[in-house]
Amino acid sequence: MIIVLDCGIGNTGSVVNMIRKIGVEAIASSDPLDLEKADKLILPGVGKFDHAMKQLQELDLIAPLHNLVLKSRKPILGICLGIQLFTRKSEEGILPGLGWIDAQSVRFNFADLGKDLKVPHMGWNSVTPSRNKEMFPQIDNELRYYFVHSYHVVCNDEQDILARTHYGYDFVSAIQKDNIWGVQFHPEKSHRYGMEFLRAFIERDNIVK
Amino acid sequence: MLSKRIIPCLLLDGRGLVKTLRFQSPKYIGDPINAVKIFNEKFVDEIIFLDISAARQGKEPNFNFIGEIASECFIPFCYGGGIRTIEAAKKLFSIGVEKIAVNSAAIQNPELIKQLAEHFGSQSIVAAMDIKKNWLGKYLVMKNLGRGKTSHHPIEYAQMMQNLGAGELFVNSIDSDGVMEGFDINILRELSDSVSIPVTACGGAGSLEHIKKLLEESRVSAAACGSLFVFKGKHRAVLINYPSRENIKSILEN
Repeated sequence: MIIVLDCGIGNTGSVVNMIRKIGVEAIASSDPLDLEKADKLILPGVGKFDHAMKQLQELDLIAPLHNLVLKSRKPILGICLGIQLFTRKSEEGILPGLGWIDAQSVRFNFADLGKDLKVPHMGWNSVTPSRNKEMFPQIDNELRYYFVHSYHVVCNDEQDILARTHYGYDFVSAIQKDNIWGVQFHPEKSHRYGMEFLRAFIERDNIVK
Repeated sequence: MLSKRIIPCLLLDGRGLVKTLRFQSPKYIGDPINAVKIFNEKFVDEIIFLDISAARQGKEPNFNFIGEIASECFIPFCYGGGIRTIEAAKKLFSIGVEKIAVNSAAIQNPELIKQLAEHFGSQSIVAAMDIKKNWLGKYLVMKNLGRGKTSHHPIEYAQMMQNLGAGELFVNSIDSDGVMEGFDINILRELSDSVSIPVTACGGAGSLEHIKKLLEESRVSAAACGSLFVFKGKHRAVLINYPSRENIKSILEN
């Protein structure tokens, strides 16, 4: 069973809907006992970095999450703000992130490029995987996902990068390190492309190193 | 590369789908759940639902019904109508809405946009405005579904919304609504040049050529269409439709 973390910071309904559409059981919960029983976890997030970290704190989820993800190595997928919460910190706030990935989250900044692009980066954009290409199957010769975000992840370790996307410059749109996966796009809202990605995440063998 | 978006914009009146002409005389066109299923199968870029009855009657959003629609929607879903509180917004996000459009409540209390953005992040807050040209040719932001004037000029209002934290602007041109003779490109160009957030334009699309013209001649990020995607032919027979991927690519690429 998949548990979609419900901390009042995400579009949990959309994620649960999409997983059920795939034919897999999913529930939204913030109960540590449920999290422990789950095969895999998904942390969706919309909203502000500090607000989300505060919510995790208030629900007493930070210690159980560290335990499940770092010690028990339970696979987890962060979506949108979720991927940013996995980093050490964000320009959007002052609270530390979960720090599972050696990375930080920064705001789109085109000043050095002399470009004047709209922020948030909103809409459908393509993704170029650097590895694990089976997670990103092309359909009709295209690979595109729905994005809506103003901040993005900058990895300090190149090895953690799974895919990049171009908006003004190339930014990290997916990461993976051991059992920790993150995507900046919204697979739950990227119809068949997103469905294939979520299916691949759900069906793949747990990586426990 | 980021693609510009082409979005069906559907109006709800109670549990029915309607289409208006210059914001008047809503005509019943069908069942929203059925429409969303069809649009979902057609892989539309996004979908916008605006509940004109919630706005008109001062009611809360019909959460159960919106949840039913959202559960059929595997594409980005924006909802507007009757959103006045943080609580209502929270409920909408939890039932599967990605973006909320706020119109009347932001005119009455612009600070609401700031509070919503603080809570949920700018990327999910859409400031919606209905604009209309007066007899002197000057544009104004309208309230009460186009029935009343405000003192705001669209540019000034758009910038205020952006500064308060809105992540997107949805601009509905009342004079062009349902007319299908093209978008109000001049004001839309001016608006999209005056803000750094994405602008979605609605009102006037009658053909793919109209969309192409809008997206080429302005910095508008998305074209929202009502009549074009629900009517077919001169007699406006109801037929849910959406251009093929090939057709969309052909108008987006130069």
